[in-house]
Formats: sequence, C-alpha cells, structure tokens
Amino acid sequence: MLTLVGEDRPGIVARVTGTLTEAGCNLGEASMIRLGGNFTIMLMVTGGSSPAELEATLAPVAVDLGLRLHIDPVTGGGHQHLIPNIQVRVMGADRAGIVSAVTSALARSGFNILELESDVAGDADSPVYIMNIQGCSEATVEALRESVAGLKGQGIAVDISPIETLIG
Amino acid sequence: MAIREILKLPDERLKQVSAPVERFDADLLLAIADLEETRQAGPAAVGIAAPQVGWFERVVIVDVSTKKGVPNHGHLILVNPEIEHWEGFDMGREGCLSVPDYTGNVIRATRIRLTACTPQGKPLAFEMDGFEARAVQHELDHLDGLLFIDRVVSRRTDLFQRKVYAGKGRSGGGKPDANRRGDAGGA
Repeated sequence: MLTLVGEDRPGIVARVTGTLTEAGCNLGEASMIRLGGNFTIMLMVTGGSSPAELEATLAPVAVDLGLRLHIDPVTGGGHQHLIPNIQVRVMGADRAGIVSAVTSALARSGFNILELESDVAGDADSPVYIMNIQGCSEATVEALRESVAGLKGQGIAVDISPIETLIG
Repeated sequence: MAIREILKLPDERLKQVSAPVERFDADLLLAIADLEETRQAGPAAVGIAAPQVGWFERVVIVDVSTKKGVPNHGHLILVNPEIEHWEGFDMGREGCLSVPDYTGNVIRATRIRLTACTPQGKPLAFEMDGFEARAVQHELDHLDGLLFIDRVVSRRTDLFQRKVYAGKGRSGGGKPDANRRGDAGGA
C-alpha cells in the first residue's frame, strides 16, 4: 500500500503512476483526492520489485514533486468488495467530536464503515461539518436511527437511509 | 431452454446498438425463455437485456417485484421498449451482470413513461417510478450499447440531499445525463 501526500499541483498522478509502470508494477484499487490543498494518494500496488526497491525507485520522484512517501506491505488484494447497504448523512455546526459521536453510536450497532468522506462547508465564521458514510450493517435502519437519536439534541442532524443496489 | 453465457466487460459486443424485433414468432419466445432462465441463474438480477447474452435485438426483462416495498408492475417482458418521457433525477447504486464485482452511483430519472410490445406484438404502456424506473433505464441502456459504468458519477458527488428540494423548479422531460463535475484543481 503506497501512501503519498503533498501540496497539490498538476501532474502528480501521471508522474507517480508512470514511474510505477516503468518499474513493472500493477496498480490496483486506489483512493486519490485533494484534501485541504494537499493531494493524497492511497494506492494498492502489486508486482515489480520489493518494497525497499520500490521505495528507492519512487523516492526521487516524491522528492521532486514534494510528496511524502510511505510504503506498507499488506496482504489484501482486489475483488474483496463489500456492497454497502446503508447511507448515513451527517450535518452540524462544526465542532470537536461530531465524527466520534456519530461513528461510536454506529459502531455499537455493529455498523462497518466502508467509505467516509467529510467536508467543512459554510464560511469561516460559521463552519458546517458535512459527512457522508456508506457501510454495511446487519442492524435495521430503524435500529440504527434509534442508536443516533440522542445526537439530535446536540445539534447534529443524522439521516440514515437504506441503499438498494440494483443489479441488472 | 438454456442458460446462455453472459457477455462481460471488456467485450466490445456490449457496445453494439441492438436492432428492433421484427418477427414476433416462436423463435422469439424461445430466445426470451433463455434470457429469463439466464437472469434467474445469475446473482439476484432484477433485469436482463438481450445483448447481455449476445442477442442483439431490443428485448429486456425487468422484475423488481422481489424487492420488498418497491412499487412495480410485476414481471415485465419488454420488446422494442421506448422511454417517451423522463422526469426528475436521483442517484442510486447499480451493478451489472456484465460488470462483475463493481458497483457505482448512477443518476437516473425518477419517473418515466414507457411504451413497448409484448412477445406477441401487442402494444404496452407504463408509467413507473423509483427503483422500477431505474431498472428499466439500466436495461434499455444495454440496447443502445451503454453500461452503467458509462454513467457512474463520483462517490463524493452526493445528490441524495437534493430530494429535499423536489418539486421546486426541477427540470422535467429531458433525458438526464451523468453530472460530471468540472472541479478545477491539480493532480
């Protein structure tokens, strides 16, 4: 698992993936996104050289692009997708502890987060925290709603809805 | 009857536009029976389109009646289907027998008016919404050589919330297109 983080600029993905391809690597599942002016890459890579050789190959590119590089050997691979069945949308005046409060309540119901993305909207004086979570849960929508019901009094709006995936 | 092989990505034939059915005969009924048997054999598909089994005529089968609490018209065999009117839009998650091990969010019209023929050539007309309308749009795309992956939008492009504004100046009638965001930025 490669992690690369640095100030955003055009050409990062092209340069990094080009170097990996030349080194004989296969690229797998990836998450690449701009967060707060930084560009972040988490990328599954197989084949090619050892982690140490891979690091040696990528290090000059990372330095050149101003990216921090981290490599973790991991055992996972492709084709291990889970299909989320629950969508959770959260919105509240930005303050410490929103993510923790919501996800703790969900975790107590056995909810498994597959994807979480969040953003701070509004303006600097009155920021609004917005978070979307997709995940798997054996607990019913009603049970999950019950589990987060207490947060309403804290000014956190949590909307929980089923995701019905259409296979056709 | 026979279970036919499902064409899977990146099979170029999936991009082919299918031809209207012209002969409503016994061969058509046999082919439809195969198509249904193939749908049933797969992983819980609510629909299947003829080109998915390498049969390039405009026939789809849709049946969302197995989904709890979903309004539906039962088991539908639609020959030469045409969507005549689209309304509203919503995002939903889709997968496909022809694209194993991948699901993605797709924008579809929430309400459609549809005409088609029965396998015997008799005219049909439906108004449908929600999940059933989504299934029909997904299957009809196959007839035009389109897969849901041609319409997938970023998982961060969350349109679910816009439901709140439903009825307030929503565009109606136009065919919805994938809402590709044109964010400026680097990378």
